[in-house]
Amino acid sequence: MSENLSVLGVFSLLSVLAVGGGAAVLPETKMLVVGTHHWLTDDQFRDIYGLGQVVPGPNMLMVLVIGYHVTGYLGALLAYLGFFVPSGVISWGASRVWDHFEGSPWRRSLQLGMAPMVIGLMAAGAISIARTAIDGSLTVAIAIGAFIGVYFIKKVNPAFFVLGGGVVGLILLSGTGAGMP
Amino acid sequence: MNSTADEAGGRPATGAGEAAGEAAYVLPRGVPLWEIFLTFLLIGATSFGGGVVAYLRAGLVIRKRWLDEEHFMSALEISQALPGLNATNMSIIVGDRLRGVAGAVIAFLGVTLPGASLVMILGVAYAANSANPYVNATLVGVGAAAVGMLTAVTLQIGRKQFGGLIDAAIILITITMVSFLHISLLWVLLTVGPAAVLIYRPRRDDGAAPSHPAGPSA
Repeated sequence: MSENLSVLGVFSLLSVLAVGGGAAVLPETKMLVVGTHHWLTDDQFRDIYGLGQVVPGPNMLMVLVIGYHVTGYLGALLAYLGFFVPSGVISWGASRVWDHFEGSPWRRSLQLGMAPMVIGLMAAGAISIARTAIDGSLTVAIAIGAFIGVYFIKKVNPAFFVLGGGVVGLILLSGTGAGMP
Repeated sequence: MNSTADEAGGRPATGAGEAAGEAAYVLPRGVPLWEIFLTFLLIGATSFGGGVVAYLRAGLVIRKRWLDEEHFMSALEISQALPGLNATNMSIIVGDRLRGVAGAVIAFLGVTLPGASLVMILGVAYAANSANPYVNATLVGVGAAAVGMLTAVTLQIGRKQFGGLIDAAIILITITMVSFLHISLLWVLLTVGPAAVLIYRPRRDDGAAPSHPAGPSA
């Protein structure tokens, strides 16, 4: 039972900390899930993050799988509610009062100030995943390939390059025991 | 008014010019809940590759015309300034504008249920096959590619910020605090956030809008 409460608590906390979206809260998610609570290993975290990348909708739906690993389907439900309800209620309430601040110059200050912090948090998110996911020259090559694809070929859906990385991994890495626990 | 669905597949154009028409925007009234649900469900089921906001814009502004460009941007502004994912925050805000609380709940469920069901199926399969070398090799590849994708998206979104001296400093300080000093996100948000907003505080001498080293933002 207490594990279920922890799942709800951790993801509710992450929900209200998720300023700047999913990638921005990745390092903190990893720190709590892998470091503080030991619910997953580094490799499992990377794998589950990968699962989130190949499904439609927000990537952070991977929190369901983390919850499932802790206490099964109830954990998945609690992670889902925990991660989405608190921030959802805040946005809902804020959107109803937001228009009262129409024309306030502070709205623009908020935007300009938050933008670089959010970019910094997203970069930290990439670093956090890279620390586990980049291991050896082939993973470096896959990451560079996906980077070039997503950055320069804008007509192709980014999911294609992520899945492509999976195919390359399957073909070239499955004999090497890569990612094995 | 509502364009009959010509759901072109593929990734919606992000910023391309479309005939949005400057006709006065009126919030549609009495949109049935099932229509809200199905619209968000379709977006939730087709928005592969992250960047759900681009799909929301294509679905809500261009296809359904439930919002005009200006109201969409204002909803996005709120979503970005507040905690939570842009995609789900936007869905909640738009659902609320259309049909109040029920609309908000329905829109949120619509945009998340397809991905949530799919990720659970994959997650359960993964838990049962975590010792399978093929599964592991594939996920190592996906993880590595995700790093490349995340880096590319960060650079694309932050192109303007990386160019400005103040912004680049804020970015570097944030990365250092989170990635190298491992300071809790709460403290980063409570220190860097207010400091950055204060740097860009409104100034009397240059009119209502604060200055920005790299020109006005969208």
